Parts: sequence; C-alpha cells; structure tokens
Amino acid sequence: MLAFSEKSIVKLNVNGENVTVMINPSYTLLHVLREELGLTGTKPGCENGDCGACTVLVDGWPIKSCLMLAAEAIGHQIVTVEGLKNAPIQKSFVENWGFQCGYCTSGFLMVCHALKNIHPDANDFVIEQWLQSNLCRCTGYGEIKNAVKAVLENRI
Amino acid sequence: MGYIIGKNIVRKEAFNKVTGTAKYTDDFITTGIYHAELLISPYAHAKIINIDIFEAVSSTGVKTIITGSDINVLCGPLLDDMPPLAKEKVRYHGEPVAMVVADCEQNAKAAVAKINVQYQPLQVVNSVLNALKENTVIIHENLQQYKKNVPDVYPEANSNICSHVKIRKGDQQKGWQDSEIIVESSFTLPQSDHAAMETRTAQCEILPNGRVIISSSTQAPFSVKEQINKTFQVPIGVIDVNVFFVGGGFGGKVPVQLEILAYIASKAVDGHAVKIVNNREKDMITSPGKIGLEANMKIGAKKNGKIMAAEMHFNVDCGGYAEIGPRIAKAIAVDCAGPYNIENISCDVLCVYTNHPVATSFRGFGHTSQAFCIERMLDKLAAALNIDPLEIRMINALVEGNYSPTQVKITLSNTGNFGECLNKLKTLINWDEGQRIEENNNLVRAKGIGCFIKTSDSPTNAISGVLLTFNSDGSINLNCGVVEIGPGMKTTAAQILAEKMKMDIGRIHVKMEVDTQTSPVHWKTVASMTTYMVGRAVLSAAEDLIRQLLNAAATVFKCAPEDLEVADEKVFLKTDLQTYLTLKDIVHGYQYQNGNSVVGQIMGRGSFIMNQLTFLDKETGLGKAGPYWTVGAQAVEIEFDTQQHTYRILKAATVVDAGKVLNPKTVKGVLMGGMCMGLGLGTSESFIYDTEGIVQNTSFRTYKMMRYGENPDYLIDFVETPQIDAPYGSRGLAEHGIIGIPAALANAISVAAHVDIINLPITPEQIWRLKAGVQV
Amino acid sequence: MIAFDFAYFRPNTLKEATEIYKQIALTGKTPVYYGGGTEIISMARTGSVKFDAVIDIKSIPECTTLCVESDRLIIGSAVTLTKIAESGCFPLLGETVSRIADHTIQGKITIGGNIAGTIIYREAALPLMITNSKVKIIRKNRLHDVPFFDVFDGDLHLQKGELIVQFLIDKNYLNLPYCHVKKTKLDKIDYPLLSMAAIKTNNGISAAVSGLGDKPFLLPGKILNETDIPETIRVDKTIAAIQNNIISDLIIASKEYRVFVLKNVLTQMFHNFKGA
Repeated sequence: MLAFSEKSIVKLNVNGENVTVMINPSYTLLHVLREELGLTGTKPGCENGDCGACTVLVDGWPIKSCLMLAAEAIGHQIVTVEGLKNAPIQKSFVENWGFQCGYCTSGFLMVCHALKNIHPDANDFVIEQWLQSNLCRCTGYGEIKNAVKAVLENRI
Repeated sequence: MGYIIGKNIVRKEAFNKVTGTAKYTDDFITTGIYHAELLISPYAHAKIINIDIFEAVSSTGVKTIITGSDINVLCGPLLDDMPPLAKEKVRYHGEPVAMVVADCEQNAKAAVAKINVQYQPLQVVNSVLNALKENTVIIHENLQQYKKNVPDVYPEANSNICSHVKIRKGDQQKGWQDSEIIVESSFTLPQSDHAAMETRTAQCEILPNGRVIISSSTQAPFSVKEQINKTFQVPIGVIDVNVFFVGGGFGGKVPVQLEILAYIASKAVDGHAVKIVNNREKDMITSPGKIGLEANMKIGAKKNGKIMAAEMHFNVDCGGYAEIGPRIAKAIAVDCAGPYNIENISCDVLCVYTNHPVATSFRGFGHTSQAFCIERMLDKLAAALNIDPLEIRMINALVEGNYSPTQVKITLSNTGNFGECLNKLKTLINWDEGQRIEENNNLVRAKGIGCFIKTSDSPTNAISGVLLTFNSDGSINLNCGVVEIGPGMKTTAAQILAEKMKMDIGRIHVKMEVDTQTSPVHWKTVASMTTYMVGRAVLSAAEDLIRQLLNAAATVFKCAPEDLEVADEKVFLKTDLQTYLTLKDIVHGYQYQNGNSVVGQIMGRGSFIMNQLTFLDKETGLGKAGPYWTVGAQAVEIEFDTQQHTYRILKAATVVDAGKVLNPKTVKGVLMGGMCMGLGLGTSESFIYDTEGIVQNTSFRTYKMMRYGENPDYLIDFVETPQIDAPYGSRGLAEHGIIGIPAALANAISVAAHVDIINLPITPEQIWRLKAGVQV
Repeated sequence: MIAFDFAYFRPNTLKEATEIYKQIALTGKTPVYYGGGTEIISMARTGSVKFDAVIDIKSIPECTTLCVESDRLIIGSAVTLTKIAESGCFPLLGETVSRIADHTIQGKITIGGNIAGTIIYREAALPLMITNSKVKIIRKNRLHDVPFFDVFDGDLHLQKGELIVQFLIDKNYLNLPYCHVKKTKLDKIDYPLLSMAAIKTNNGISAAVSGLGDKPFLLPGKILNETDIPETIRVDKTIAAIQNNIISDLIIASKEYRVFVLKNVLTQMFHNFKGA
C-alpha cells in the first residue's frame, strides 16, 4: 500500500523520465509539475476543472492536473507539453494560427495529441466532445478546429 | 508597397507558445518568495465593525497581516475613490478586506480562513435604477472630497453619479418636428467578466537601494509606474515594471490593483519579494469586470427611414468604484449615434456607482453595450416603417462630410467607408435570400445585423516610442513598450519595420518583454490603437535609421546621401546597384583598410504623440476624442426551434474597413475571437446577483462561455479605404469583432421568434418567457 | 492549492482499505474513500470540505473491474466514466455518463464518485435506478450484494466505513430500447436543467430524472404506462404527479421553465419509444 502522511520524497515518471520530487499529500499534480519540477508550460486557469489549461496526459489520456493529487500520479506516466517534442499538433497550431495569447494552448495541445493517438479516425462529433473540455478566450475556435483536423487528416 | 504588408506572418513567439516555453508572469518559479492572499468581502454593502486577526497572525508561516486601517491612501485612475483594502465599509461583493503575507500559498490561505470580520450589512444598491432613485442609499458619502486625477470627470454631490457626459448636437426641437415616426425603447445589459485564461497576478520586491521591482500581468506597465508613484510618492524613476507574456487581457489587465497590493505587501515585510495571484473566483469579482448598462432610447425619423433626431440616456453601472468608468461613459457618448448620420442628438451618459463589482475597460470599451441599443433601435424603426433592416442602415449610413456626435467632420480617411461594408455584408451573409426562412421540423433560419463605429478616447497626449539597435550581422533589435497580450502586436511592429527597411522580417528581433526602465513609453496596450501608435513610432525610428545609414554610406562612397538607397540590408548607389555596402559593415562603424574607422554605432529612435485631440466640452461634448474611427457591419445567422425556443448559431459575419490589412490571418483571428466573445455576451455571459448583490456565478462552472463547437462558421471580409496618417494606411483593428455581434444576435432572434429582445444574455428561457408571457 | 494537510493512502486490497479506514477513524480523525477525487479536490480547495486522510481505491482490483460475469455486468466503483463509455458495455449508461462534466474530466470521475457526490445531479445513477441494479458493498467487514435502492434514494446512504465496491446490472437490461436526454440552459457543457434516462421493457417504460429535484428520482411508471390514454395527457399527469419533487428556482433556470423542458423531453421520449 502506498502511504504518505506528510511531505515525502517520491518518484514520478514525467516526460519519459523518472524524477525524484518532494510532495505533500495535499499537493495537486498541477502544483508539483509547476512549482517542484518547473514545468510551467502546464497552466493554472481555474483550479476547478473547468478550463482545461492544466491538461496533461496520464498514461496517454488527457487529465486536468488541477483535479489530480500528485500522489495519484505515482506509478503512472505523465506527459506535459514540454514532453511533446515536435509532435505534429504543435506545428499544426502554428501553421493554422491556433492561438493568440498562448495561455490555453498547452491544454488544447495535450487533448488534441491524445485524441490523435487514441481515436485517429475521430469524426466531428468526437472532436467536439474532446475539445469542449477546454476554454480558449482569444480565438473563436475556428483555427483550433483547422489545426486538429489537419493533424487527424495527416496533412501536417 | 507590398514587400511584406498584406502577407500572413506567423507570430514571432509562435514556437515558444506551443512548447510551453513562453513565460508568463507567474511562470518564474522563485524559492523564498512570499505569498499574499486576500480576504474578500462576502457582502455587497456593509460596515466593517471589527477585524480580528489575533488567531491568524500566529498561524504557521505568517509574516504579516494588513487591513484597511493600516493604509492611508486612496487610488484610482481618474478619481481617487478606492482604498486598496476596504476601509470602514465594503462596497461590493469580493472587495479586498485584509491581506495575509506568508511564506507560502498554503499557509497564507490557511491564515486567511482564521481572520474574523464583523460586518453590519447596509442596504444594497443592486441596480443602476436603484442607484439613481431619489433618497437612495449613497455609496460614497465623501464623493466631493475625492481627488480628481483628470480635469474632465464630474462627480455629482449627494448622489451615486461619479460622472456625466453630455452630447448636444444640432437642433433637437427641429429634429423632432421633422420626425414622422418615433420609436422608443429601454434596454438592460448585465455586467460580465473578461475571463482571460491567465488570471491577474503581480509581484513586488523593494531593494535596499530603493528600487521597486514589479512584475505584473498588465496591459499598462507605464500606468503601474505612474499609479505607484502617485499613490505612495515613490519617485517614478526607481520603479521598474517588468511584463512578460500576458495570457489575454481584453481590457481587464489595464487597472492597477494587484500591483498596488503587492507593493503594500512587500513594503510591510521590509521589501521582501511578494507575489499575489488571483484565483479564478477572485479574478471574476475582486478584480474589475465589464460594465452593466441601462438605457432609454428614443429616435425620430421620416417615413422614408431617414433618422431626424435621437434622445438617449445611458446609465453605466461601474460598480463600487469609478475605475475607468467615466471614460467608458465618454466613449459611449462620443459614438452614441453608431455609424449613422444623426443631425440632432441629445445624449446623456451617467457613470453610476452601485454595489456591484467594479467595472473597467473591456474589449469594445462600452461600444458593445451602446451598439446593442442603437442597433436594436434601427431594427425596431425598420420594422415600424416596414423597411428592410439593411436598407435602413444604408439610408442613414455615415458618409464623408457628415459630422460625428461631437461634431468632428467625417472623411474617408478618418472613418472609412461604412456603406461599402454594408454592401459587402449583404453578399457575404446572403441577405437577399430573406431574413427569416421557415424550414422543416419547427425550425426557422433567421439573420440579424449589427454594426459598429469606434474611436479610441485615449488621453489627448498619449505617446508611443521605439528604439532600434543593430547586431553586428546587420540584423535589428526592436524595443517598444507594447505588451504582447495575444494579438501579435510585437510581430506587427516587426512587420512594419521590415516593410520600411525592405528586409527579411526574420532578421528583426523583437524584445518580447517590456521593462519600463529600458523600453520606451507606450501609453497602454489598449483601444485597438497599438498598430497606429507603435507603427507610427516604428516608421519614425526606421526613417531615423535610414537617414543615418545613408549618411554613413555617403561618407564611405563620397557621394550625397540622396544618391543612395537602403534595401535587403544593403546601402546601394541608386545608379549602380552593384555598388553597395552591407549593413553589417557600417552599423557598428565603418573600418577602412588601413584601420581608420568612422561613423560609430547606428541606433534608431522614433516616437509618436496623439495630435489634434481635445477635451470634450462639458455641456455639448464638442471636441475630438480620437484620431480616427473604424467602422464595420456584422451579421449573425441562427437556427431557431419554434417549439423548444432553443437556437443554434450557424454563421457570424464581419465586414470591416481595415484601411489596409497588414497580416490577414492574424487580423481575422482577432476578429473571430471578438465575434466569439460577442456571442458569449449574447448567449450566456453575465454576472447573476441575488437580492443582496452577491454574485452567484463566480466560477467557470456557472459562468458560461463559448466552447469549441458552439462557435459558428465565421465569414470575414474587408474594405480597404486607406487611413492617410496610419502605417501603410492600416486602420486600428482589434476589439471590433465583438461590438455589433450581441445586437446582431438579438436582431436575429427577435425576428426568428417574433419577440422583442431588450436584455442580454438571450437564453432559451428568456425567449420562452417572452413567448409564453411568463413573468420572472 | 488546498490549504490543509491530509494523508494519502492507496491500498491494494479491500482488506487494506477497510483496515486503514478503521485505524484512522479510531484515532478520531476523518478518512474519506477517494475515487476520481474531482469533487473532493475542488471542494477542499474552496474550504467547503475537510478531512484528515484520503484512501484512494483505484488500485483495488475489485473496484476497477469492468466485465460481464455469468449473467450480469460488473462495474467497479472506481471505473471512470470514460472507460464505461468507451467500453460500450451498457449503451444507456455510456451515453448518460458521456454528458457529465466534460470529456477530459470523465476520464477522472468514477461512477462511484459521481453517485456519492454532493452535487445534486448524480446523473450516473439514473440508468441504475431503472435497471433493477444491485451494489456490492463492504458492510461490517463483509461483502454484501444489496439492491441499489437499499443504499440510494437519490442520495447515497452509507454508514461510516462502508464502501461501494461494485455496481451489478442484470445482462437483460443492457441492450433494451433506451432513451437519454440531457437539456441544459444553453451550453452543452453545463449542469442539466434536466437529464433523463429511460428504458422500455416488456413491462413498459421506466424513467429517472435529475435536475428537477434536489436529487434524482423516478418518474411514476404507472402513469407513463397508462397506454389507454393519450401521451399528451400522460405527460401532463406525470408533471402533476411530481410537482412536489420539483425544487424551486435554481440559478440556471426557474421551476416553470424546467417543467416546460420536461414536457418537451417526455414528448420526445414517447416519440422515441414508438415501435420499440
């Protein structure tokens, strides 16, 4: 049984590497990624699971890291935007003007990247279902649609 | 012309933003920094009887706790009416009451929960209507004692009115006499939130040598300097404000609030670095949002549709403190007629205190609310006269030679061609197929139009500046005080420079951060004025560079500077293109073969100041508020279910006179973003208050915004009527996408459902109530 | 950021889970069983809930199983909504849970967590309420299979230390004609004005709703199945019969409007079941 009663040193697997990090059981994964590991590409937007800016991948699936305890992540594979490493979706967002201020971008990228991996043949309904998890306040979503479709249709 | 203007240029920081490496204010993780956490008011209006910090102050990690009684300053951009922490009473739900400074966020939050405040609730002013009633509760008892920071703000004694702007144009009496039909209506539009994805945040450290180092997610770093200076008498030269990427602004990051609190906090802990970060809930109510508006409108017209007179009363709900509200009131007054020629206007705009959260600039700066009213009026007039809504706009369209409400002469250069926008919109939205089309399954497809005109209402002396330096390889560093909040302004500045220098934009390096010690002053990154202001400064700096380059090359070639030309990072002899110097060989001085050197380092400087602007006359509004207008026409097409009263937005269209489109995809992106936000205002965004003025929806769970897939197809087209004094003729264009959209939506739904929409947002429940005659 | 400290336990067996729960409770502290944790974390952040330890049940095999065994579908209480929807094992449940919160969060919310939550909607319960479901719970250190309605009447009623391990649904209910409708104020991602799950068996239609009351409830089956009277009258009678269950105005909509929406939804349901 995993058990922590206080601040403890644990191992997390982040972006393909095992890292040792000090966590408090009450810390969210979002907090640990940013404050302890310096992975600030993952953004806090609402800390309430509503906006999706903090989305990361846990075992390949998108998860809002503000609603996950860091302790829950032990034993799972975490990928943040810093771990994408030239994924087609990144280029596609650039080429399709998929962002302006860039603050929601990491979260959208993670959802789109997971979608491409899990449902490479996703239709418009599925795309909408997945991407409705995130809020963007700058674009009108049109460019984001173009970006994700370009990747799903292997045009990038 | 056309070297790079009109081409799609990817923003300079694009790859940093898709890799998570672009840094925002709170992305600099510093160990040892203290955290400030606010305790906010649970009441909209209450006396503070007692604040007990006894238990909190001994809580783990607490460095200090500050309350209103510890601070003897008032602040505000126009009127000094706001204590940084509430003093004696609270005036809105969410107002900061106390601030804990602790070693970490967790401890700060834990201590905040241990502060006990005793309040005595006061009667709440929960609407503008209530605020203006006779013998109403007065929110600011000492209104007349507040210091004015500008001459043109007019608080009224013993009232909740913090300013009043008047427009008196033409001959009212004649206008009404000439009118054959009169249409009247009133409108109520709610307050709402900017909801930038990055919440507001600020950090402050005061160094032993006295320097005040502030980092902030602000659109107005130079205002931060000024307000810290003004409020605390800190010499302005010792204040440095650093701004990195900003995660969306929309006007919400113009007010100086958290910076002041961070300064107070740092000062209280001997200058130690302190950060303060809004959580989403506080970002929504503690920091300022968008105005509410109540309006009564009356327009008179000839039977042929020509408007003869207008009487308008707009009451701006600015919340508990004035903030920039009086300027929004001014903006509404200045453009009260919309993009229409109305010769006889009486317009009164009051800026009114209520016990609602404070309002500030918001994308469109009051114009979205104002446009809603005038555009609904145009549709009502059209319906009353049985004239096509597009046609009635054409009949009244503002043209060259007309005069604005503040009596500025309209020219094609300063305003563009609104009629042409309407013409193009007609095609774009396929207006001729009909405004209301019944389809199968109880569905109706309907369209509505909403148009806009907007100028800037900046200070009459707003400035911008640019500094250019060379690297030894001949590439240029561009430094300006514009904040990169999203629309790609830094890239636009580089694009204008590349065009002027006739060089590769990849060889222009833009300093993304703003550091007020080294970046030239740029008024604020607001008001869709950035391209115009910084663009002019860029051109002026480039001319400065070119002049120096020509002189330097003339020295080397022993010719006149006029014989030379700069392009492709070379200085050519005009008559012999094979004879040239490359920039890298002269920009840091030219060295002859024998070692002698001449010229020295070449640096460019350019500046811009607004010209010809005036204060408005207090009684008539006569005067010039902005350097130019941007006009456009918009439409929304919906599909309405006549049984369920639900609707879907199918299309949204915008045609705008851009003067010249500099970077098409970027401009369209900003317009679409505005349109989407306008649809948010139209469909769902608003603060919901209970009877005590408490905001009921302070999270994104309950404050609903547009999500992916709810957006329509966007149709965008441009008219290009050059603005003579703008960079490459390009008119300011950023906020405008939002302005006419809520009105267009309301017009479409009014037609689709045969109802009269006078409020926002338009929920299916609201339509059902109107249809079923059910009162709230 | 959560402002208070607590301990984290992730047991690998039911036995470990119950023992650690008991141990903590014995010291006078408050343990909570923890599934997806989405509601617990967000409420802890705002300070509206406090506890001393979370016991994460996601490593307990019985709680994460999703399979058909003999004649029933077994869904572990810590199975995520996404897993249920993607598996296709129970289309009505899959469709219902696909409309809870948003897709990303569905990958974290567990079925047990949704049903045990404090938010009034608990939409995952709707299909279970109309399919004669059972739950396997730990009660007094032993596993018991009990009818879902023994522990759930719209609110979940468990004694301290009791834990739902699994939901058990008779295979016969999985592929019956069904109807799920969720109506919101306007946006797709929102709490429901009304979420309704319905099935049609040989005995007629069963339907459960959330959003109308302060908890989910069954619509009166007797009225829904009065086949000798017209559907429009059945709709009116149903609404009349549940008047007392409908709570007054919510921020998202008034009572009257929710009734209007219900009327449309019931009409649609009867239409959908035509010929089924």
